[in-house]
Amino acid sequence: MKARVTVFPRPEVLDPQGKAVREALLRLGHAEVADLRAGKCFDLELATEDHELARRELAEMCERLLANPLVERYEIQLG
Amino acid sequence: MKCGVVLLPGSNCDHDVYHVLKHSLGQEVVYLWHQEDSLQGCELVVVPGGFSYGDYLRAGALAAVSPILGAVRRHAEAGGLVLGICNGFQILLEAALLPGAMLRNQSLRFLCQDVYLRVERQDLPFTHRYRRGQVLRLPIAHAEGNYTAPAPILDQLEAEGGVVFRYVSPAGELEAEWNVNGSARAIAGICNRGGNVLGMMPHPERAAEELLGGSDGLALFESALESAHLALGLAS
Repeated sequence: MKARVTVFPRPEVLDPQGKAVREALLRLGHAEVADLRAGKCFDLELATEDHELARRELAEMCERLLANPLVERYEIQLG
Repeated sequence: MKCGVVLLPGSNCDHDVYHVLKHSLGQEVVYLWHQEDSLQGCELVVVPGGFSYGDYLRAGALAAVSPILGAVRRHAEAGGLVLGICNGFQILLEAALLPGAMLRNQSLRFLCQDVYLRVERQDLPFTHRYRRGQVLRLPIAHAEGNYTAPAPILDQLEAEGGVVFRYVSPAGELEAEWNVNGSARAIAGICNRGGNVLGMMPHPERAAEELLGGSDGLALFESALESAHLALGLAS
């Protein structure tokens, strides 16, 4: 089963990378970019077809390593 | 006394710590490679600064799950002395041996400069050679030293006396401009409940002899060594 985990800085946390990328887009003339958050994306191939198990395992992976829950939020998608 | 300096791929302050412990203070010092899972009987363990694992994922995140950190965790839980400096502090946070997390410096700049720290606890294994309220001058060199934690965790940390060092003015006053990286409550260093695990962003090992422009950091290592000796004496 394929899975995708996306991790973003929490809304209240400063995102300097996103800010810098947005400013660069503005310089390229994309004046409509009102906000931009930069995050990380992890694509995983899981050796199981059990969705419930996959969600549980992925949540643990996020809590323990892929994200730092104090400053980041994560989202799990199963494909 | 046997001291250990953790060596991770990307550590770059390991030899500075080794130098202070071995040459300035005359201790037995060994390097502890990241793939080992034993501290080889070390009583004081230092997790030094650097860019472990290239800061991949988050600063300190991958080091926090390396085999040697398992051994460091067991040592910490048994009351052994653990000091994390700069990236070492980030690693101890990621390993949840200390509470909180690091953000980019508020200025978004890598900061390499001297800072002034106020000693908030002088009754710890790492600080008893200082006076409470004493102002130290130590260097920092980091991009992610902006300490943060949810307010309830900060409140609990303060209530338990976990704040060991704060960024202050040379006169020892809390002022926003001297909190150079924007840390919550000007926190520069914290300890666990037992006081045996200390994490700090400034580098005491880079200010441990006058030749380096300052020696305010030396007493931190002297404190730790003396404490470990006392603990050994009590145990025997």
